Amino acid sequence: MKKTREPLIHITKRGELRWYQAWAIRGGAILLALLFAGLITTLLTGENPIQVYAAIWKGSFGSARKMWVLGQNVAILLCVALAVTPAFRMRCWNLGGDGQMLAGGLATAACMILLGGKLPNAALICLMLVTSILAGAIWALIPAFFKARFNTNETLFTLMMNYIAIQLVAYFIIVWEVPKGAGQIGIINQSTNAGWLPQVGSSKYLLNIIVVAILTVVMYLYLNYSKHGYELAVVGESERTARYVGIKVDRVIIRTMLLSGAICGLAGMLLVGGTDHTLTTTITANRGFTAVMVSWLGKFNPVWMIFTSFLLVFLGKGGSEIATNFGLSSSFGDILTGIILFFIIGSEFFISYRINFRKAAEKEG
Amino acid sequence: MDNKTPAVKMRNITKTFGPVVANDKVWLDIYRGEILALLGENGSGKTTLMNMLSGIYFPDEGTISIDGKDVVIRSPKDAFSLGIGMIHQHFKLVDVLTAAENIVLGLEGKLDLKAAAEKIRAICDAYGFEVDPDQKIYDMSVSQKQTVEIVKVLYRGADILILDEPTAVLTPQETDKLFAVLRNMRDDGKAIVIITHKMHEVEALSDRVAILRHGQFIGDMPTKRTNAQEMTNMMVGHAVTLNIERPVPVDPKPRIEVKGLTVRNIEGVVKLDSVSFTANSGEILGIAGISGSGQKELLEAIAGLQPVEAGSIEYIEDDGSREELIGKDPLSIAEMGVTLSFVPEDRLGMGLVGNMDLSDNMMLRSFRKGRSLFTDRRSPKTLAETVVRELEVSTPSVSTPVRRLSGGNVQKVLVGREIAAAPKVLLTAYAVRGLDINSSYTIYDLINRQKAEGVAVIYVGEDLDVLLELADRILVLCGGKVSGIVPGRGAKKRDVGMMMTKLGGNG
Repeated sequence: MKKTREPLIHITKRGELRWYQAWAIRGGAILLALLFAGLITTLLTGENPIQVYAAIWKGSFGSARKMWVLGQNVAILLCVALAVTPAFRMRCWNLGGDGQMLAGGLATAACMILLGGKLPNAALICLMLVTSILAGAIWALIPAFFKARFNTNETLFTLMMNYIAIQLVAYFIIVWEVPKGAGQIGIINQSTNAGWLPQVGSSKYLLNIIVVAILTVVMYLYLNYSKHGYELAVVGESERTARYVGIKVDRVIIRTMLLSGAICGLAGMLLVGGTDHTLTTTITANRGFTAVMVSWLGKFNPVWMIFTSFLLVFLGKGGSEIATNFGLSSSFGDILTGIILFFIIGSEFFISYRINFRKAAEKEG
Repeated sequence: MDNKTPAVKMRNITKTFGPVVANDKVWLDIYRGEILALLGENGSGKTTLMNMLSGIYFPDEGTISIDGKDVVIRSPKDAFSLGIGMIHQHFKLVDVLTAAENIVLGLEGKLDLKAAAEKIRAICDAYGFEVDPDQKIYDMSVSQKQTVEIVKVLYRGADILILDEPTAVLTPQETDKLFAVLRNMRDDGKAIVIITHKMHEVEALSDRVAILRHGQFIGDMPTKRTNAQEMTNMMVGHAVTLNIERPVPVDPKPRIEVKGLTVRNIEGVVKLDSVSFTANSGEILGIAGISGSGQKELLEAIAGLQPVEAGSIEYIEDDGSREELIGKDPLSIAEMGVTLSFVPEDRLGMGLVGNMDLSDNMMLRSFRKGRSLFTDRRSPKTLAETVVRELEVSTPSVSTPVRRLSGGNVQKVLVGREIAAAPKVLLTAYAVRGLDINSSYTIYDLINRQKAEGVAVIYVGEDLDVLLELADRILVLCGGKVSGIVPGRGAKKRDVGMMMTKLGGNG
């Protein structure tokens, strides 16, 4: 009789893991990723992987200035991620973070250029705050309205709104260019500093970091404990259930997208008014999209998102550091980031499932 | 039938899902020329066991042998090549294709629909099916779709057939037809396993019963040598009473009056056509009808979830004052002070949020209470704990997502929440669908208690035997029209069945 064979591997679902078991798997994945990335580095470039890792570390923590820049970048990225997260929890894929930030940045720049020196600085900053939040909110309201009313696809709609924002910014850059024909605005109000956000403490980056830290706490409470947060979670899980209990689905969609856009607008103001003091079409550095990854990796939880935005910024900085230090292409940093993300995302599979191998020593019954 | 070798021998089958042991060293023999009824409560592991036989799951331990030969079933394809076919509760058919196209879908070799149609007709003639190979699936009734599923399995040469709750969606007449076909197949020497919760079907159809409880094999015996009471006791593990109480309504007064209600769905098809009736307090009004006859639209219209074309739905207060419910959404109905509870058909898609835990689901109805921006988390948690305790919901904790619970427990959570609102009107749609005997009786009990407290209960059911035992009056829907309203006491199953298929029911 032919001996029958069990399949070599079969996959079964795990029960709930304890939190530390899940984190042990994630930690293991990062370690494996580092080993694998080291191996790839040595094979492809011949560099000593330890030195490469040291360079990655130095990219973020090499000097006080680098640490402040790291903090600022984490803060702005986290801010955009916090903005898109309420929409994501509602299963509404707001990919328009970039456009909404640009709208906010444009409003800020307009206030600074047109009203700088004509208003007291405090009033100007208040106006910048209000207009940037409004501009971001409007940029999100348009797709939200069409989604709520006609069930249009918010993913495509918000994406297209990004391009409109970019073109709009490009247009105003020409309007406001300094000097004429330069094709760029340059530093706004360099001499008067009108509309520049005040510096708190020793670094111009500290204010942004504080604002985003407060925002993180508020967003955490909003999503997990407020009635609004509960409503948008129900809408995200099932619109039918939401209607069944009398939640006005259209209103929740519009309200949540407004919030999403408003915070993106705020992020735009923090960039333009707080640190960069200029406006370019690339000022967002694709953070609207990176934020999607931050939010997903952090499982839409504002506290975990602190770590995921840190991780992404840290890897990015490390990538450019090794590119300059070892004369490698800057894409090499992206390769390493890709490897590490692959391992982290892949580890989620092993948290949900167990892989069973055929028992080698099993005897025939 | 005796001393034959079994067609299927399952030995020591164990299957776990995480910490849950779905099957624990189960033994099962399936013989040719026999209809085996596989019995057990929800979560007792019947479907899991059959899924292992049909290649959907792979057992952690144990052996399966077919006709005395050990086999390994790694995929549904393996199962098919061994002649095992399963008809699932939820049909797996492509709507826009014809019966014949669905039946040959996925088969290897040259596509010859003509030859396939021939073969399908031959199968139909042999067993008494009625299938038109060229009919599109979307034109078919539920029972026709099921027939296509069975023919599909036979077409692939299956001679061991597994049917998972096949009668849940059928009318009594369709059930009779199905049973006749199954008997023909048995007489042709096929092995048939049927999973069902309905005792009278087990007694009417099966030759042998096998019983599972909590994933363990309890025993098997010829159907003739047992009875509904004994089988139920074995399933549940202790003696239970099988009578549904029907106390006489105390002081019934009109509570909901529906007049000339007409509803069209989004495609413009009339789903309800001038429906009129009155639901009284302290009374259970049963709604019978083939599925899709307008039951869903009727309940949703009353609950404020369904746009209405014409007619009126009036809520009548104790003092006789009337309020129109049409044109109001669930929130404004609640704000009017009408406490209307609704247990919808789609439990996880409408009544509950599957990914949220028990406490958060309790909150669905009450989260708006109070002025605070924040939700009150304590009272829903207390309510969840009360429901778990009083309705004996089996769950690891109140912070378990409800989708992890078994069907019966999900329903207890939903009914528990809806009843906790102390309603004046209780709407229930297929309240016991897919529930085992024990859970079903818990639900009947809860509904009867509501009735005793003066609630007007509207109970949409599919099991006529239950409707005839539980309801004070039965409204029969046929194609969106009221086919008749009969008193529950003394109504004949045959008559109600006729009214379901034909207006007025004279056949």
